Amino acid sequence: MPDRTIQLKIKRQDDQSASPYWQTFSIPYRPNMNVISCLQYIAAHPTTADGTETTPVVWDCSCLEEVCGACTMVINGEVRQSCSALVDRLLEEDDSIKLEPMTKFPVVRDLFVDRSRLFEDLKKTQGWVPIDGLYSLGPGPWESPAKQDTRYDLSRCMSCGCCLEVCPQYTRNNNFVGAAVISQVRYFNTHPIGANNAAERLNAMMEPGGISDCGNAQNCVKVCPKDIPLTESIADVGRMTTIHSIKQFFRGE
Amino acid sequence: MASPNQRVIIVGGGLAGLGAAVRIAEEGVPVDLFSMVPVKRSHSVCAQGGINACNDVARQQGYSEWQHMDETLYGGDFLNHQPPVYEMTHWAPQIIDLLDRMGVPFNRTPEGRRDLRLFGGSLFKRTHFSGATTGQQLLYALDEQTRRQEAAGMVHKYEFWEFLWPIIEQTDDGPLCHGIVAQDMRTMEIKSFKADATVLATGGCGTIFGKSTNSVICNGAAAARAYRAGAWMGNAEFIQVHPTAIPGEDKCRLMSESARGEGGRVWVPRKKDDDRAPGDIPEDERWYFLEEKYPKYGNLVPRDIATREIFFMCQEGYGIGGGRMVYLDCTALPDETKKKLDGIFEIYEKFTGDDPREIAMRIFPSVHYTMGGLWTTYSSEEKQPVHGDKGKAVGMQLGAPDNMMTNIPGLYAFGEVNYQYHGGTRLGANALLSCIFDGIFCGPSVVNYLADRREAGNTVDKVPDTFFAEAVETEQKKVEHLVAGKGGENPYVLHEEMGNWMTDYCTVVRDDAGMKKLLEQLQTWKSRYENVSLSDTAMWTNQNLSFTRALGDMIRYAEAIVVGALARTESRGSHYRPDFPDRDDRQFQQTTIASYDAEHDRPDVRYEYIPVPMVEPRARTYGAVK
Ligand SMILES: Cc1cc2nc3c(=O)[nH]c(=O)nc-3n(C[C@H](O)[C@H](O)[C@H](O)COP(=O)(O)OP(=O)(O)OC[C@H]3O[C@@H](n4cnc5c(N)ncnc54)[C@H](O)[C@@H]3O)c2cc1C
Ligand code: SF4
Ligand code: SF4
Ligand code: FES
Repeated sequence: MPDRTIQLKIKRQDDQSASPYWQTFSIPYRPNMNVISCLQYIAAHPTTADGTETTPVVWDCSCLEEVCGACTMVINGEVRQSCSALVDRLLEEDDSIKLEPMTKFPVVRDLFVDRSRLFEDLKKTQGWVPIDGLYSLGPGPWESPAKQDTRYDLSRCMSCGCCLEVCPQYTRNNNFVGAAVISQVRYFNTHPIGANNAAERLNAMMEPGGISDCGNAQNCVKVCPKDIPLTESIADVGRMTTIHSIKQFFRGE
Repeated sequence: MASPNQRVIIVGGGLAGLGAAVRIAEEGVPVDLFSMVPVKRSHSVCAQGGINACNDVARQQGYSEWQHMDETLYGGDFLNHQPPVYEMTHWAPQIIDLLDRMGVPFNRTPEGRRDLRLFGGSLFKRTHFSGATTGQQLLYALDEQTRRQEAAGMVHKYEFWEFLWPIIEQTDDGPLCHGIVAQDMRTMEIKSFKADATVLATGGCGTIFGKSTNSVICNGAAAARAYRAGAWMGNAEFIQVHPTAIPGEDKCRLMSESARGEGGRVWVPRKKDDDRAPGDIPEDERWYFLEEKYPKYGNLVPRDIATREIFFMCQEGYGIGGGRMVYLDCTALPDETKKKLDGIFEIYEKFTGDDPREIAMRIFPSVHYTMGGLWTTYSSEEKQPVHGDKGKAVGMQLGAPDNMMTNIPGLYAFGEVNYQYHGGTRLGANALLSCIFDGIFCGPSVVNYLADRREAGNTVDKVPDTFFAEAVETEQKKVEHLVAGKGGENPYVLHEEMGNWMTDYCTVVRDDAGMKKLLEQLQTWKSRYENVSLSDTAMWTNQNLSFTRALGDMIRYAEAIVVGALARTESRGSHYRPDFPDRDDRQFQQTTIASYDAEHDRPDVRYEYIPVPMVEPRARTYGAVK
């Protein structure tokens, strides 16, 4: 079927304060298309299905292989990466494809949102191993394969924001850090040198916006494209903060 | 010492840019860090297979830093400058240690030490890895250290800012770089930024070839802008085509060399047009052509060689179903080995629907890495040979202000964007190393340059503000010109056309007639480019403008590639010319230098002799049997 076309409905917004509107685009079908190749087609042919010339749709992307996290959006109601969203599979469930920007972050334009809050929160929770500088100081601590395995699973978080999009507790007008950042606290606190700043991280977790804001709805873990064990991380950091606060209590802090 | 109000600009937040940012900040010099994407999303995140360094086990098996250097030079077909390679390979072990201290979850042995895998161009296990997502783990470690410096007030990030042009003054003593003009990709504001030293760490140029394994932002435009502003290009014609990628609609996704390093085998059915499923084809009816021709290195010959063999196989009709694909087979690997490759298997499964643990992957070569790039210099010095060194040792001088500086004082190039280290072909798992090495080893050079500049009394604060205002105005005029364009030429269509032509005529096989046609075509693209029209003229987050502006620069970069490839009448590394199939050391043991002739809008090409202080060039055969 060379003439087959697919329909893309896209929620657009011209700038931060403009009101959103919908446009439909009709795109020639090719096998193995993904949502990004549809958006690339629109960039080259910015005409809506009813023939109106418009501006190309703005979106964020880089790696095109689901490893940078940039291209996250809401596709047919589900938050995911648009580069790994294959058209054939989307069409198995629906006869058209609907694209919307993530709702938990301010829209910059069209499907492009501002996720800087996520990176700011990583700063607040000291998301790094406090090394003594870049001089040659020998190897890091040895690690068992099992421990490496656990840390590797946590280290793959690409700050895409899917887990925040589905979290009922993460909203535009609160300051909850969300599952991704909590999991990073676990990541750094389980590293022998990272643990040197464990107390600071746990203090941040005990502040408003920290771990106690999590309602344990477990939506986050279901959507994480990197299969990060988020609920396990939340439980783990929960335990760490409890122990930390008991210690603080007995130390009279 | 640099003075407290001197700053450094770094453009690019991949491994090279972040390594430099952390190193320079650590010296107490504030850094302004620019990137088109949040640095955590830079292209380095894509790297899969690993990072090379001599290590204790390999050392006891007879390996050494010297051997690592020798492999890199042999792999590079002796087009590399040797002292930087000496220095890089000798720093490699401590770079791994450093990354280890930062918390990179390197794979471990049962005893808890760092595990190693085999990679192309070596008979020793000397590749450190973190699953099959090594680049992601390394980039994150440096991103975290950068965030730490950011929290400490030493690094200021400008993410979603695009570098537009270097600010270069023509002084009585020659050109001098004073900073950059950049544009906020959201608000579209164009501003100048001052610095006594500017580092470009902007990565490779894969998208000049349309589809490649690179991220979409790897368009080479930043390098091309520096080139158009007077920086030289070195060996621009050397582009690596990786043997194993999955061809796709929007990009070609890499299947890392680690698949072969862990035991994956490349084969085609012995019978042409055999249409059985790969699993149904018995062992003796499979042709493991790399293993047959290269008994010593087998599937792990360097990339240019594997690529050509695959390409010729398909040309002769042996591709799967007569088409342009061969099998990369990992189905027979033990489960624990497969687990180490999960990162790439997931990609294959996600994008093709097949599980490579069960069924052989179908792959074809794709443009992958930019060996050439901005020309840079360095200071060399004789070193005290260390254990394993086989003769006179010549490395780089730590802290010399000119290390990895372009021909324009004050303008540096680090990482994939420079032309150093890899010569005619890059060995797998040497790029991550060279990028981090540039940042960490050459960071102090930048700091020392600031001090020199202060002593010479030519710091940027002496330059009148009007000079910067003019630079901004020039960029604004370019934008106005593009926005006003009414010629109707579609930039995306033009890009696709250029990508197809570049891939067809200037990648694996470069024949004279094809390249001449391509060069003519380039001239027509230049004039068509003058007629482009934007479909978006809004002054808010206009990606159409950014893309179209970059296209003009990419065309110039492409021309430097093609002119260099035409002029190099020999075959060396990734540059293969059927009309000149042999390496010609007498004429071409030299770097191609392209400088931009603005008046005629074309590259001027000349050659620069490559000194051979340590390893005499030898024939590069990898033990091939006919
Ligand atoms: C799929 C894949 C797998 C790979 N696997 C390996 C491997 O296993 N081992 C290995 O050694 N190498 C590997 N490589 C190569 C290696 O990943 C790259 O060479 C390396 O990451 C390049 O790093 P970089 O810091 O030079 O640039 P990049 O990581 O490409 O970063 C470039 C930076 O410059 C910025 N930038 C570019 N242009 C502009 C502009 N105009 N304005 C502002 N900012 C700009 C970008 O935003 C980005 O931050 C692989 C490459 C690919 C494509
Ligand atoms: S468990 Fe629920 S409330 Fe907690 S972070 Fe996950 S989605 Fe949000
Ligand atoms: S935890 Fe998962 S879903 Fe959340 S940001 Fe990280 S990768 Fe995305
Ligand atoms: S573009 Fe990187 S995750 Fe989709």
